[in-house]
Amino acid sequence: MASSGAKKVRSKEKPGNSPAMLPTLTPSERVDLLRKMVLIRRFEQKAAQAFMQAKIRGFCHLYIGQEAVAVGSISTLHPTDAVITAYRDHGHALARGMSSRECMAELFGKITGCSRGKGGSMHFFSKEKHFHGGHGIVGGQTPLAAGIAFAQKYNGTGEVTVCYLGDGAVNQGAFHEALNLAALWKLPVIYVIENNEYSMGTHQSRSSAGYPLVKRADGYDMAGITANGNDVDDVREKMWDAVQLARTESLPSLVEIKTYRYRGHSMSDPGNYRTKEEIAERKKESEPISMFKERLYKEKVLTEKEYEEIERQAVAEAEDAIAFAEASAEPEVATVFEDIHAPEDQIAEFRPPIGS
Amino acid sequence: MAVITMREALNQALSEEMERDGRVILMGEEVAEYQGAYKVSSGLLQKFGAKRVLDTPISESGFAGLGVGAAMQGLRPVVEFMTWSFSMVAYDQIVNNAGAIRYMSGGQYSIPIVFRGSSGAGLQVGATHSHTPENWYANVPAMTVITPAFPDDAKGLLKSAIRSNNPVCFIENEKLYGFKGEVPEGDVLTTIGQARICREGSQVTLIANSASTHVALASAEQLAADGISAEVVDLRTIKPLDIPTILASVVKTSRVVIVEENKPFAGWGAQVAYEIQHRAFDSLDAPIERVTGLDVPQPYARVLEQAVMPSAERVTEAAKKTLG
Repeated sequence: MASSGAKKVRSKEKPGNSPAMLPTLTPSERVDLLRKMVLIRRFEQKAAQAFMQAKIRGFCHLYIGQEAVAVGSISTLHPTDAVITAYRDHGHALARGMSSRECMAELFGKITGCSRGKGGSMHFFSKEKHFHGGHGIVGGQTPLAAGIAFAQKYNGTGEVTVCYLGDGAVNQGAFHEALNLAALWKLPVIYVIENNEYSMGTHQSRSSAGYPLVKRADGYDMAGITANGNDVDDVREKMWDAVQLARTESLPSLVEIKTYRYRGHSMSDPGNYRTKEEIAERKKESEPISMFKERLYKEKVLTEKEYEEIERQAVAEAEDAIAFAEASAEPEVATVFEDIHAPEDQIAEFRPPIGS
Repeated sequence: MAVITMREALNQALSEEMERDGRVILMGEEVAEYQGAYKVSSGLLQKFGAKRVLDTPISESGFAGLGVGAAMQGLRPVVEFMTWSFSMVAYDQIVNNAGAIRYMSGGQYSIPIVFRGSSGAGLQVGATHSHTPENWYANVPAMTVITPAFPDDAKGLLKSAIRSNNPVCFIENEKLYGFKGEVPEGDVLTTIGQARICREGSQVTLIANSASTHVALASAEQLAADGISAEVVDLRTIKPLDIPTILASVVKTSRVVIVEENKPFAGWGAQVAYEIQHRAFDSLDAPIERVTGLDVPQPYARVLEQAVMPSAERVTEAAKKTLG
């Protein structure tokens, strides 16, 4: 892991079982983390197959290889905390507890999809799960996250917001504006750079000046934290510090999590900018699911047989999601005019009927 | 009825709505301690405190997006652009986030946000500071676009905009902040989406908005002196357009001149002209004329800028052309 020049987290040490301490997970809770990672992997593989069969169209950015980031970080949150991300959003949505069925149906453009077939791969939403998208413009979600955190603080809810972005987003103006506002107004938001080294096909060495990327926290006097995104335990530990900082002191932080995607930028990407050997090497040395599985074997909280069952269930769930998506209805064409405006309740409706 | 300026009317609207609803906040450059670059927010910091009246850094993309995020989470932000010319660096946040999140999420979110601020040319501030972007934002399907011309409408429409559960671009015109007019006291709302006949006439309809309404009214005076009766329709709201009021006037006069400060290509007047020819073709006795800002970047020199702006003289000439 690259060492950070950024300010270290200022979490307060508290003794015993105080809320500031990362809770120790029970064996079954640890196995649940693995289960979620495996589910994301199998969901994405099924989505890739469906894309190749032209059942999923448009863009489809897969999360394979990065599962420990979403699962580890979201496991440190309360259910009512806010999560928002960019367009590689399937993993975060599943880690947040959205159903495989509603996610796959959205990829298929079906009315049963999490966005009623209007968002597609890049625009998953579940207000109920406090999953606020799924955003397609690089860095465009980062000011939204500051605003969600602003409202959390304004209302005194004690909730926090986690905002994911890729390493390619750190050079967008919106990101810097969001960091400045978050630090200036002490907003309870955690910006997580998922550094998978490539912004589409451009290696970070050709797109960003100033390493490690977490140093960008320095300019805004924010806590900067780094984590190993192949190690779900490390992600949890480091994210916990950031979440506590937000929750107890209403301070933002920037967390850079090193990860690696095994598939192309999107399904349309042949990946000519890196070698197969590079990908194979990364898988061999730090594949997140295998690493965690082996650790659980060593801890004697998981057997090979149990792991096989986890795999079987994940595949079954992904297949069920495909079947559900295929069986679901297309949206009625009339729904194209729905969901544009919220109903008015403080003033009279003032828009003429559609098509008048 | 009290006679107050447009800026005072806007200030009253903000103050009354913030008083009424604790979810309403105001943010923007210089809105708090400086009391507003155009003094629209004067006194609001003292009244509502720094939690609700927030000076932002010069960071339009950041604070416009922050406002959208806060709206997603249930607040009702009023985001001030010092001028709408600066909104272009926040365009992605306004168009893709305020404009599309409800739709992209299948209707899960409401985005009750008002973007507001000054706009317009004629004050010799050059190309970057002189935009009238109502046609740009009216192109966003979810957006409501309001452009008041008089203090009473400014107040009543801003109050309605703040109470709307949907994103609104409320585009004021710098030239009008000192314009005085009668404004009813108290909680009086103006309905969004309704045009107003601000001068009745029978021979030609002048359709305008915002500062151009005053250009049209000046032209109507000139036309009256020449014995021509012009009706002036102030659209007040660009989107949604009040097509019934427009058509009723066209049916009455059979001749139309559209007056708009923005540039001609795909300006809102082109849309109005389309609607009229499509719906009232048989009522027209002459081709529709448009008087717009000229299709050049806004120049600085007074003589050049005045040539670029719509003027009463150009409107009068166009009106006479429709009359043959």
